[in-house]
Amino acid sequence: MLAAVALALAVFPLAAGTYGLDLVTKIMIYAIFALSLELLVGQTGLVCFGQAAFFGIAGYVAVLLSPRYEAVSLWWLMPTAIAAAALYALFVGALSLRTRGVYFIMVTLAFAQMAYYVFHDTPVGRGTDGIYLYVKPDPSIGGWKPFDIDAALPYYYFVLLWLALVYAFLATLLRSRFGRALAGIKANEQRMRATGFSTYAYKLAAFVISGALAGIAGFLFVVKDGYVNPELLSWHLSGAVLIMIILGGLGQLRGAVLGAFAYALLQELFQAQAIFGGFAKHWHLSLGVAIIVSVALLPRGLIGIPAEIRRRLTGRRPRPETDGG
Amino acid sequence: MAADVLLRGRELTRRFGGLTAVDRVSIELARGSVHAVIGTNGAGKSTLVNLLTGELDATSGTVELLGEDVSTWTQPRRARRGLGRSYQRTTIFPQFDVLENCRLAAQARDQRPWSWWQDARRAPLPCALAERAARRAGLGDVLDRDAGLLSHGEKRQLEIAMCLATEPQVLLLDEPLAGMGAEETDRMLALLGELKDGHAILLVEHDMDAVFRIADRITVMVNGAVIASDAPTAVRENRDVQAAYLGGQA
Repeated sequence: MLAAVALALAVFPLAAGTYGLDLVTKIMIYAIFALSLELLVGQTGLVCFGQAAFFGIAGYVAVLLSPRYEAVSLWWLMPTAIAAAALYALFVGALSLRTRGVYFIMVTLAFAQMAYYVFHDTPVGRGTDGIYLYVKPDPSIGGWKPFDIDAALPYYYFVLLWLALVYAFLATLLRSRFGRALAGIKANEQRMRATGFSTYAYKLAAFVISGALAGIAGFLFVVKDGYVNPELLSWHLSGAVLIMIILGGLGQLRGAVLGAFAYALLQELFQAQAIFGGFAKHWHLSLGVAIIVSVALLPRGLIGIPAEIRRRLTGRRPRPETDGG
Repeated sequence: MAADVLLRGRELTRRFGGLTAVDRVSIELARGSVHAVIGTNGAGKSTLVNLLTGELDATSGTVELLGEDVSTWTQPRRARRGLGRSYQRTTIFPQFDVLENCRLAAQARDQRPWSWWQDARRAPLPCALAERAARRAGLGDVLDRDAGLLSHGEKRQLEIAMCLATEPQVLLLDEPLAGMGAEETDRMLALLGELKDGHAILLVEHDMDAVFRIADRITVMVNGAVIASDAPTAVRENRDVQAAYLGGQA
């Protein structure tokens, strides 16, 4: 199944036009972003409502460190942007993980809003207008240029490669002792502590990894569009990525990827004037109703459809899957 | 010969605002013995266990584990040093199978959180410890079963198995017989009898028949304080205990 999806994404550009290529590139970036949050929410049980902060910070760092008339090395800029997101995640996680439940949600939101207002209301981020990335980073390695970052097709494959890497990394991580400890923390943190696990350290590590992965997505997003603004750190985006993973199905990496595709494609659908005419401008309403209906009918998300069908046919309750696959 | 004391609580006190839940309680657990703590609901038994494990900080008093003062240690650190506990309410991982419950517990002994490339379910040491603990607790026939599908008695056995998987020297068992039928109780008592060799066991329990069958020493708590701590026969004959706890019926 995964191989089929990977193959479909690999051959998609053969049939896609410019618009389709741009759209799927954007969706794959959202998928990386959703995977980053899935690590926290679906695998560790930490509902973070400030994930956009890490996404946006990586984007801003990429733009702010890029000279106006000169290309900076991609292989320096990208790790730096990711490290900045991870560093902010370390700061936010170290403080917010001392709280639980709804307080954790609100504290992560508060830290994200702090970051938002730093870029929105200070000269650092140039306000609501944002900043342009005039010259995209240079992917050359020792004079050899592996691909043209300005061209849509190579960039599509660059993003696809990152999506595959992030997915493979998380799938491996979740099967490791670290990943199983996170699953234990999600299932019963009290028991994990009584058994001998310092759960705070595990959760903080997961938080930082998640922030770094969101940073990868933020960097790719900004390099793709060549533009950054405070909306990339807004609670709207944090909410959207949370909806993506819920829509796709919590507890499985495939759910996060599926959710990102479903969310973005539903958004495109409801924005289509050719289909919805004047009502297309109320796409938020249509999207909201679609998500509510989906969650109500499919509590295990879109990824749970096959299991739901089997349940209806056999009358057996599906076994919960949290293996991260 | 002096008893091999593995865990010692000295003058432990815990206050919640104006309420003193545990009032200057001292207790010693020796290897090869079962020390039962009895008392009515609200007597402070579970709070005492929480103070010994580090789940709660003591207002005053000290805890020594294997001869070392661990009063300032966190709960996970004490657990890694050899302190295993079970809870009054079953705290297993219901969505994992029996072996994975035990394997995850055993992993606490050999955590290696940065071995990201290695599949946890193939880690030799935790897997071996897990299987041995599950079989010792009598769960050898249900290793692959989801823990949530076990009977109540089996879930309590799994709690013990998860403790054993961490290779503890001290076991603090909070009402392991709660909700069990006669047959399950007998099985659990037989298991505890086997575990006595090599472990120091603290047993918090309401089932008096079971307590008097297995305990080597009994501490009786009322309103957070110890009113008696002695051998079972002496406790049974203690007038304060009869008046305060057994209602003069013993």
